[in-house]
Amino acid sequence: MTQDMDRSEAAQARDAEEHPAHGDYITHAKSIGSWMFSLDHKRIGILYAVTAAIAFLAAGVFALLVRAELLLPGETFLSAQSYNQLFSLHGIVMVFGFIIPAIPGFLGNFLLPLHLGAKDVAFPRLNLFSYYLYLLGVILIVVAMVVGSVDTGWTFYTPYSARTGPAVLFLAMAVFVAGFASIFTGINFIVTVHKMRAPGMTWNRLPLFVWSIYSTSIVQVLATPVLGITVLLLFLERLLRIGIFDPALGGDPILFQHFFWFYSHPAVYIMILPGFGIVSELIATFSRQRIYGYTAIALSSVAIAMLGFLVWGHHMFVSGQSAISSIIFSLITYLIGIPSGIKVFNWIATMYKGSISFKTPMLYALSFLVLFTIGGVTGIMVGVLAVDIHLHDTYYVVGHFHYVMMGGTVIALLGGLHYWWPKVTGRLYNEVCGQIAAFLIFVGLNLTFFTQLVLGSRGMPRRYHDYLPEFTSLHQLSTIGSWVMGLGLFLVLGYLLVSLFRGKKATANPWGGATLEWTHTGVRPDPHNFHRTPFVTRGPYEFDRIGASRSETVEDHRGADPPDVALNQDRT
Amino acid sequence: MANTSAAEQAAQERSPAHLKHYFVSSDQQFDAAKLGMWLFLITEVLLFSGMFVAYAVYRVWYPEVFAVASTELNPWMGGLNTVVLLASSLTVALAIRAAQTDKRRALVVNLFITVLLAGVFMVVKYFEYTHKFHLGIFPGGNFAYAEMNQPIVPIFFSIYYVMTGIHGVHVLVGMGVLSWLGVRAIRGDFHSGYYTPVELSGLYWHLVDIIWIFLFPLLYLI
Repeated sequence: MTQDMDRSEAAQARDAEEHPAHGDYITHAKSIGSWMFSLDHKRIGILYAVTAAIAFLAAGVFALLVRAELLLPGETFLSAQSYNQLFSLHGIVMVFGFIIPAIPGFLGNFLLPLHLGAKDVAFPRLNLFSYYLYLLGVILIVVAMVVGSVDTGWTFYTPYSARTGPAVLFLAMAVFVAGFASIFTGINFIVTVHKMRAPGMTWNRLPLFVWSIYSTSIVQVLATPVLGITVLLLFLERLLRIGIFDPALGGDPILFQHFFWFYSHPAVYIMILPGFGIVSELIATFSRQRIYGYTAIALSSVAIAMLGFLVWGHHMFVSGQSAISSIIFSLITYLIGIPSGIKVFNWIATMYKGSISFKTPMLYALSFLVLFTIGGVTGIMVGVLAVDIHLHDTYYVVGHFHYVMMGGTVIALLGGLHYWWPKVTGRLYNEVCGQIAAFLIFVGLNLTFFTQLVLGSRGMPRRYHDYLPEFTSLHQLSTIGSWVMGLGLFLVLGYLLVSLFRGKKATANPWGGATLEWTHTGVRPDPHNFHRTPFVTRGPYEFDRIGASRSETVEDHRGADPPDVALNQDRT
Repeated sequence: MANTSAAEQAAQERSPAHLKHYFVSSDQQFDAAKLGMWLFLITEVLLFSGMFVAYAVYRVWYPEVFAVASTELNPWMGGLNTVVLLASSLTVALAIRAAQTDKRRALVVNLFITVLLAGVFMVVKYFEYTHKFHLGIFPGGNFAYAEMNQPIVPIFFSIYYVMTGIHGVHVLVGMGVLSWLGVRAIRGDFHSGYYTPVELSGLYWHLVDIIWIFLFPLLYLI
C-alpha cells in the first residue's frame, strides 16, 4: 500500500472483505437493551444526542412562547406569573438540559476515542452512568414542571428561591444530579486524553476538537462541584431552614451570588469551548489548509479555561461587592478577549489562500465567526464598569449572551452535526435544504437578538412581561426573528429525519477530512472503532498526506498490532 | 487473515482476567484508574471547599459568636474521633501493602478493622448529634436552645451540621465500599498483579480522614 491512494477507499474495502460478519456499531446489535445499556461511547453519544435534542425542542418552544407574549404590549395570552415561569424554564432546560451536556455528551463522546485512535473512553461504565444521571436530571426538571413551576430565572437567586413554590426543591436536585453527570464526563475525558492515545498520537498531533474538549473537561471538573454544594445548601436551606443564604434567617444573599457565579461563569466556557473545537475542525477541512497557529489555538482554549475562573464577579458589579474587586474582575474580563481574539484571527488566517468549499457545515462555521465576534465584543462592553451600570439587567445582556450561546455554541453544534452526520448515520443530508436552513437561522438569529441589543441600550429591562409602547416595533421585529429562526431549525429537524431513512449512502470520507475518524474507519465505525490500532505519523490537518504513508495504516506490521514497545509507551 | 486471528487468539490468552479489552496493558489500565481517582478527589475537595468558604466568611464576620457557640461542642468526643479515623487510615494503608505483597489474610483483616473503626466514628457522631437534639440545638430556623439565643448562633450550628453531616455521608459510603472490598478479598480477587480497587478506595479513605483533620480544629478547638 505504498501508492498514493486514499486509505478510506482501498484499505477500507479490504478491511470490509476481511471482516464480513461483524457489522458496524449500529448494525451489530439491534435490541433496545443493546442501546440502553450499551457501553460503546458512540451509542452513548447518540443517547445524549436524542435526549439533548428533545430538551432543545422543549426549551425552544418555551422561548417561542415567551417571544409571542411580547409581540404586543400588555398581557396577551400569558399572565405575568406564567411568563416568569416560562422564561425560567426556558433558561433552566436550555442551560442544564441542553447546552452544557450537548456537545461534550454527543460529539465529545462520539468523537473523542475516534480522534485519539482508542477503542473506547477510559471508563465506559462511568460514561453510561453519567448519561443516566443526566437523564435523571432532565426527568427531575419535568417533575418540577408538573409539581408547579418556579419563577426564579435559571440563577435561583436568594431570596427568590427561598420564597417561590416547593418545586424549586426538585429543580435544585435536578441541577445537582445533572452536575454530577457533567463531573463524571469531565473526569472520564481527561483520563481518556491522557491515557488512551494511540501510538504516535503525541500532544501536538491531537485534533483541536480534542484540545477544546480537554479544556472543557478541566472546567467541568473544577467548577461543577462548587455548583453542587451551592444547590445542595440551597436545598437544605429550604428543607431545614439552615440560613446561610436566606436573609430572613440571617444569611447572606450576596454569598449565594458569589457561589453561584463561581460555577456559572466558568460554565459559560463549558458551553462555548467545545464550539471552538468544532469550528477549528470545520474551517481546516473546508479550507483544505493546515490550521494556522495550531499551538496558539490549542493553548488559548486552556488559557480561556483558566482565566474563566477569575471573572465571576463581573456578574455582580451592581449587587454590592467592593469597588476594588469590581475593578479587578473587570480587568480580567478584558483579558479573556485576548485568547478569544487569537482564535478568531487564526481561523481567518487558516482560510487565507485555502480552497474554500461552501458546504453547509462551512456556512455554519462562517456564521459562527460573525456571530461569536458580535457576542464577544458586546461581552467586553458589559464588562466595562461604567457602561455596565447602564446596561445591567437590560435586554442588552440578553442579546449579548444569546449571541454567544446561540450564535456561538448552537451554530457550532449545528455545523458539527452536519459535518459528522455521515459518520454518525452513514447517510448524507440534502445539501440544498441544509444551505437554506443555515441562511434562515443566520438571518433569524440576527433579527431576534440584534434588536434586543438596541432595546437594551435604550433601557428595556430583561425579564419583564410587559413594556412601554415605544419599544413595540423593536419587540415585534425580535419576535418575527424568532419565527424565522424557528422555521430554519424545524427545517433542519425535518430534512435530517428524512435523511435518516431516505438519505443517500455516504462514503467513509465524504469531506476529505484528515482526522482518524475519516481516514481509519468505515462508513460508520466498527463497534470497537478500528480494525487495528492506528499508528499515527502525522498531524490532524495534513491533508496532503492522507493515506500517503505506509505507517498510516500499520501496513508494515500487517496482521499484527504495532510492536509492544510502541503500545506500552508511557502515556502522560 | 489467518495469522490475524492467530495473533488475536494469542493476545487473548496473554491478557489477564481483570484487563478490559479497550486497554492495551494492565499498567495502562491501572494508571488510568488512578488518574481518574485523583481527579475525583479534586472534585471532592472542591465540594467541601464551598462549605469551608461559608465557614470562613461567617467566622470573619462574627468571630465572637463562633467562639461562644463552639464551646457547646465536646472536644474530647471530637478528639476521640480524630484518633479513630487516623488509626483507620493506618489500617487501610496496611491493607494496600498486604494486597501488594499477596497477603490475603492481612488484607481481609485490615479492611474489616478499617470498617469497624469507621463504625466507631459514626457511633460517637450519633451520640454527639442526639445530645444536641436533646438540648434543642437544631440547624438554622428550628434552633431552640434557650441558653444561646444570640442571632448568629443558629448559623454556626447549621454550618456544623452541614459540614459534619456531609462528611458523615462520606464515611458511610466508605464503609460500604470497604466492606464490599473485604468480601471480594475473601473471594481472592486481589493479588500483587491486580489491587486497583483497594488502592483507589484507600485514596478515598485518606481524603475522608484529611477532611476531618480540618473539620475538627475549625469546629471544636478554635
